[in-house]
Amino acid sequence: MEFLHAIIVLSNFVVIPAIAYGSQLALGALGVTLVYGILRFSNFAHGDTMAFGTMVAILFTWWFQSIGVSIAPLPTALLALPIAIVVTAALLLGTDRVVLRFYRKQKSAPVILLIVSLGIMFVYNGLVRFIIGVGDQRFSDGARFIISARDFKKLTGLDEGLAIKTTQVITVITAILVVAILFWFLNRTRTGKSMRAFSDNEDLALLSGINPERVVLYTWLIVAALATIAGTLYGLDKSFKPFVYFQLLLPIFAAAIVGGLGNPLGAIAGGFLIAFSEVFITYAWKKVLMYTLPEQFAPSGLMQLLATEYKFAVSFAILLVVLLFKPTGLFKGKSL
Amino acid sequence: MIEIQDLHKHFGGFHAVDGVSLTIEQGSITGLIGPNGAGKTTLFNAIAGLHKPTNGKVLLGGEDITGLAPHQLFHKGVMRTFQIAHEFASMSCRENLMMVPSNQFGETLWNTWFGRRRIADQERALTAKADEVLEFLTISHLSDEKAGQVSGGQKKLLELGRTMMVDAKIVFLDEVGAGVNRTLLNTIADAIKRLNKERGYTFVVIEHDMDFIEKLCDPVICMAEGKVLAHGSLAEIKNNEHVIEAYLGTGLKNKEKNVVQ
Repeated sequence: MEFLHAIIVLSNFVVIPAIAYGSQLALGALGVTLVYGILRFSNFAHGDTMAFGTMVAILFTWWFQSIGVSIAPLPTALLALPIAIVVTAALLLGTDRVVLRFYRKQKSAPVILLIVSLGIMFVYNGLVRFIIGVGDQRFSDGARFIISARDFKKLTGLDEGLAIKTTQVITVITAILVVAILFWFLNRTRTGKSMRAFSDNEDLALLSGINPERVVLYTWLIVAALATIAGTLYGLDKSFKPFVYFQLLLPIFAAAIVGGLGNPLGAIAGGFLIAFSEVFITYAWKKVLMYTLPEQFAPSGLMQLLATEYKFAVSFAILLVVLLFKPTGLFKGKSL
Repeated sequence: MIEIQDLHKHFGGFHAVDGVSLTIEQGSITGLIGPNGAGKTTLFNAIAGLHKPTNGKVLLGGEDITGLAPHQLFHKGVMRTFQIAHEFASMSCRENLMMVPSNQFGETLWNTWFGRRRIADQERALTAKADEVLEFLTISHLSDEKAGQVSGGQKKLLELGRTMMVDAKIVFLDEVGAGVNRTLLNTIADAIKRLNKERGYTFVVIEHDMDFIEKLCDPVICMAEGKVLAHGSLAEIKNNEHVIEAYLGTGLKNKEKNVVQ
């Protein structure tokens, strides 16, 4: 019984939140990795692309709520998601046309594109804050829990509760769907194969008659979808605050690099690795240890390795270790 | 077929191709020889669209194709291979070949989702064609191997195979023979000959192996320091003083003298 309690506590506070967070990071990292693999630069604007997409989703959610459209018990934001993806795609394609295409034509070095993306990041950043403000926005509605802690206790008669939030389930299901569609697309369709070919060997792809502008167009469309979905899911699960999305850039890049930049499978693995490490290290283990250890060893402190304020240090540390010992990432990077 | 008019390619102050003018006849197999750094590959790159020429014109059947992007040239039937074989490493040899024909039905986002049956038909036809090409090149046993893992010579064959997936007009081969053993080299030479005869491909071949050139090419162009030194039949080239000095050296001539003696 003690052990069961420990498992429930662990699931409630560590495993389930980490799975949801990991799915969000994985989706974000997939966007970064696609841009790196196909367009060959590190896109620092990705976090703010997510913020922009989420902002559009929030604005439409509010509008839907005001005219009384809802898909309860699911959050209205899911209804706004497709519109947000279209708007974000328009923004990315516009940016590509106005800014990035110039540098592509020049065949600029990746490091120059990186700096350019930094500039784009600041512009998006300002744009989002200008439109929706810097404050915290909550926009999740519909049923909050699939099973709340109290219901769980009542149902099972145990002392510890296990809460599963609707947003967590939606996050995981959406992530699985999106990843399945993406992999099917990359591996089974002509367009996907052209994208892989382009990532594999750009010169050869060009000489094989693959139109680079078309590959770029599809890449941005996919990236817009991934970023908007990842951002909206994160916002639903927690809340939306532009600065937090800017900060998300670090764990997302860490995930993409740990998995091997340019490798979609690696991005997913990296996302979960980072998420689990972050939650594991910043979680106060006192309760779990109380259930598992004999009474005389019961800890008196919180047993927390790192305060939650420092959670970004975790991704940073992992990033450092991976870059030192396995620079291409866990999965072989730089190929799709 | 292809007419090059006063083509220049400068990298900063370095004139890699320095005023090349030449004509390549339809249906010929032209050999391009010259010492390392003569600008042969740069000339290829400038024609095939990887580099924009600094100056000059390239005409394909009278049409100006100067500075077009590689994928646009591809659709006009201009193809090239690389000195160091390029391949899509993570795809199988068959998939590598199947990548080539473009404007495939499944390439638009709409058809990807709503034209499954037509894509499947097209895919089947392509698979058959790819297998046929692999058969022709005698590497059908490699069809499911990852292209990144086959040997260097086989990659060269694969590159040649790529030009066979579509109807090319003119193919630029950059050192097909480099690092390839004799038997495989003969296979490549035979394939080139057959393609030239049966399908009317025009070839331009960069090569250092004089036997290979002798077997295949007429006429031969010799380049040095970004300029065309000589243009003519192999016999003419071999006896051209400039060519001997810049490239062939006296060895070959002496060898022939010995043979005569």
